[in-house]
Amino acid sequence: MTATAEPQLEIGRDRRRKEDQRLITGRTRWTDNITLPGMLHLAMVRSPFAHAKITNIDTEQAKKAPNVVTVVTGKDLGEEQGSLPNAWPITPDQVTPPHPPVAIDRATFAGEIVAVVVARSAAEARDAAELVDVDYEELPAALDLKEAANDTTLAHPDLGTNKSALWVFDSAEAGTGGNVDEAIQKAREGDGIVIEREYRQQRLIPAFMEPRSTVVDPTGEQITMWSATQIPHILRFLLAAVLGVSESKVRVIAPDVGGGFGGKLQTTPEEFITMVLARRLGKPIKFTETRSESMMAAHHGRDQWQKLTLSAEKDGTVTGFKVELLADLGAHVSLVGGGVPVLGAFMFNAIYKFPAYHFAVQTVLTNKAWTDAYRGAGRPEATYAIERMMTELAAELGVDPLEIREKNWIKHEEFPFTTVAGLEYDSGNYEAATAMAKEHFGYDELRAEQQRRRESNDPVQLGIGVSTFTEMCGLAPSRVLGSLDYGAGGWEHATVRMLATGKVEVITGASAHGQGHETAFSQIVADRLGVPFEDVEVLHGDTQVAPKGLDTYGSRSLVVGGEALVRAADKVIEKAKPIAAHMLEASADDLEFKAGRFGVKGTDQGVAMAEVALATFAAHDLPDGVEPSLDCDATFDPVNFNYPHGTHLCAMEVDTETGAVKMRKYTCVDDIGNVINPLIVAGQVHGGLVQGIAQALWEEAVYDDSGTLVSASFVDYLVPTAADTISFDVDHTTTPALTNTLGTKGVGEAGTIASTPAVVNAVVDAIRQFGVNDVRMPCTPERVWKAINDGGGGDKTTEAAAPHFDDSGETAIADGASE
Amino acid sequence: MIPAQFDYLAPTTVEEALAALAEHGDDAKIIAGGQSLLPVLRMRLNAPEFVIDIGRIDSLRGVSDDGDAIVIGAMTTHVDVGKDPLVAEHATLVTKAIEHLADAQVRHRGTFGGALAHADPAGDLGAPALALDAEFVITGSGGERRVAAADFFEDFMTTAIADDEILTSVRIPKHTGWGAHYEKFVRVAHQWPIVAVAATVKTDGGTISEARVGLTNMGSVPLRATSVEQALVGQPATDDAVRRAAASAAEGTNPPSDLNGDADYRKHLATVLTRRAVLAAAGA
Repeated sequence: MTATAEPQLEIGRDRRRKEDQRLITGRTRWTDNITLPGMLHLAMVRSPFAHAKITNIDTEQAKKAPNVVTVVTGKDLGEEQGSLPNAWPITPDQVTPPHPPVAIDRATFAGEIVAVVVARSAAEARDAAELVDVDYEELPAALDLKEAANDTTLAHPDLGTNKSALWVFDSAEAGTGGNVDEAIQKAREGDGIVIEREYRQQRLIPAFMEPRSTVVDPTGEQITMWSATQIPHILRFLLAAVLGVSESKVRVIAPDVGGGFGGKLQTTPEEFITMVLARRLGKPIKFTETRSESMMAAHHGRDQWQKLTLSAEKDGTVTGFKVELLADLGAHVSLVGGGVPVLGAFMFNAIYKFPAYHFAVQTVLTNKAWTDAYRGAGRPEATYAIERMMTELAAELGVDPLEIREKNWIKHEEFPFTTVAGLEYDSGNYEAATAMAKEHFGYDELRAEQQRRRESNDPVQLGIGVSTFTEMCGLAPSRVLGSLDYGAGGWEHATVRMLATGKVEVITGASAHGQGHETAFSQIVADRLGVPFEDVEVLHGDTQVAPKGLDTYGSRSLVVGGEALVRAADKVIEKAKPIAAHMLEASADDLEFKAGRFGVKGTDQGVAMAEVALATFAAHDLPDGVEPSLDCDATFDPVNFNYPHGTHLCAMEVDTETGAVKMRKYTCVDDIGNVINPLIVAGQVHGGLVQGIAQALWEEAVYDDSGTLVSASFVDYLVPTAADTISFDVDHTTTPALTNTLGTKGVGEAGTIASTPAVVNAVVDAIRQFGVNDVRMPCTPERVWKAINDGGGGDKTTEAAAPHFDDSGETAIADGASE
Repeated sequence: MIPAQFDYLAPTTVEEALAALAEHGDDAKIIAGGQSLLPVLRMRLNAPEFVIDIGRIDSLRGVSDDGDAIVIGAMTTHVDVGKDPLVAEHATLVTKAIEHLADAQVRHRGTFGGALAHADPAGDLGAPALALDAEFVITGSGGERRVAAADFFEDFMTTAIADDEILTSVRIPKHTGWGAHYEKFVRVAHQWPIVAVAATVKTDGGTISEARVGLTNMGSVPLRATSVEQALVGQPATDDAVRRAAASAAEGTNPPSDLNGDADYRKHLATVLTRRAVLAAAGA
């Protein structure tokens, strides 16, 4: 045998994504494309009031409308509809209101479903929904988070309080650090520094591209649900658990899903209603929400008030950090619910060596849409708080914000490092990422320009923002989840099936909704088994095909699911070895597996994996006692989270005449360990950055004082496009994670977690000379301008939509032609 | 997002369209490019029984030269107006405004007449039309009438077009050789303007001899900043001089307050943007 060149490794190649051709050309099947014989359609009747007693629902007219099959109310469904689950009661005494999918006697937010029309077409269902006559008796609504926390108005009067749970972590109690109140007291009384701030994490809307859609077919032996969900496995489990259907009788399929950002990490009223009605009527049913319904009733994200106290010595060494949060749950405790701020609890100390730390979150019920995970889930809030505070500390001391960070961060030789929040960071190198970022950014030159603009009173001022973030991802070690009372584990499952022709089917429980799993997982398996990239097929998202899994969120698919896959592939090699040895008439101990081939050490004899697969399939001549299968499963439960980190530097120009902000430069150097596919990573980083920048500058879910969502369309909820962003300068340092074989770290949320404080720090830095130390998010031109002129940068947003569609009923169109 | 049912009529002449309007009156809506009407129908904010599509009336499309004015057919799409050489030469302000109007998809479907008839005060064409003293040609069963821009915009999304009439074209007096600029202030690119200023000026050796300034989204209708126009005459096109003249830009305006900014902020913006628009129009 002649020596051939080593095949190029797949890991590290910028492979174009396998899935993109079908996704980009639309030659795929989204849930809403699914059409079944005899299928019925739903339209939801939703409460226009934030809080109202339902005194009567007259469905007679609607029932008589053409092709209407039935109209049901919450009373009609009664116990049959169950109560939507909260999987993470964060304290044993958490107050959790019941959550029937269709409200029974009280609507608790504007957008809550109060009746459902079933008709033979979606249009007829919608028409009939207009005919359902609901009598409401409006009740006072709990809307403002701070007021709600005082129980002035109750979101659920029968509960007697809006306060759902108080979750506390204290480093002195946990034994991971000192007493924070003592540290603060000492700084106040001695010659230390105490920085106190209050920050608002505005409410955000995940705004995934594909609205949610569900189809249920009850006609087979298994009831099949297709749903645009991130979590087919969790959904299957909960449908069974809540509705009392045997889990074995439920099949859930998440076909191609058009984005989620955490917004589809939910079990929804709409899914439960579709399931219950399909079972009741014995017919397939579809429900697809409108964009307006998605904005109004799919879960929102963030929405916290953060009260922060940081104490430090005069030289900038931080001595304690105290975090007191109010978190708005909305009207119901959602699937993860109060767990979102708890996920942030371990991250407020970030990359720093704080000696004392205290965290408390009070979750609060209000009469607004429920909140849950949104890209980063808890960690963006934490990163924002600490990265803003470290910048404020630097400003107070008059030193560079990078200098204050360096003074406090964990040095690279100090890893592994156990933090004041009790986590063990396995690896990292903050010095290297920061040095590279500074060089790329041209940090010193931009600082010099900033100085020149200040001195010349340039109407356009320049600010530089820093965010040296880390995050915990790869959710999650099951033991840790158990200790936090989460209702499930955090393992992931994979199967590798060797087909007779030498092709490989990979089955993963991590169901993608746009991440590119099919490509990245193919690269991993191609290298591991030495088969061509094209020969690997990745199957996922159908509980009949991929029966075990815990789905996709929390930057877990690669670091948890990928590790399961590596282990399954390694098992295949071990399983194939005795068969290969038998074929080669050699001892298994003398074989080595390399580039897809078992070779006899020291000879040129060998047999390819594909040949072993064929021989196993034929099973004509296998060693005694060896089963005719190479297929293997592995389930991996991580022992630790993983901790990507990075240094993000942002330069913002502020037009002081108008308050308009413009991004000048954005550099990020992320350390995400080893990279499987640089192109996919670049996509995740770019998209993540934009989503985080959007929180800083543009997006906000705004309710008016009657509890109506006024930013209820993309006219008023400002999702940026490519036209609003600049070309980012993205690079990496590589410190492999020590907790998985591939040395990878999660990257799905990193950009979003890091970028928000970098941008706001830059905006504040540009105008600090006007006496400004904060601008509330989103940093609208109006807020920035007011901050410069009268310190009004903390004002809340005017609770009114732009009037383009306000009163367009008659006046808008009576004039004749439309635009 | 499914509209309520309606009947769809597609006349091929203005006469047929007028006959359909006369027959169905209040129950009918005209659809031009549909960029405003379709969202309204899909959100069920309105449910006409008849939608009359005037998109097949060829005579309503195109730009022509009519002596001292250019004539823009109501159904000419934004993209066609935007690249029209007659418009660029004689009504540069319109060309400049269209560069910033919505996004490429809307510019390919939306029409010049449709946008003006919709009369959203945040629309990008009202202020330029007003500043250029456009005349609106409105056709009814009794024939054509011309309405001056100042009289066309009556109130919020309300114009001088009667229920049984159609806007058929817009005549814009030639402003050949005038410099022009549309200064639009938005938070994201695809947004309606928070405030915008349409300015066109005639300069003579660095001195402004005539100026027209229109304001977008500073009241329930597009507005003219006449005091600024008067103050600019005879002034040098310098930052200081224009700043002084632009200081009165918000006089007599009544802008909205919404989540993009309060009325007072918009008034402040109007002065800054007016200065910038005029200076850019003057090539300074």
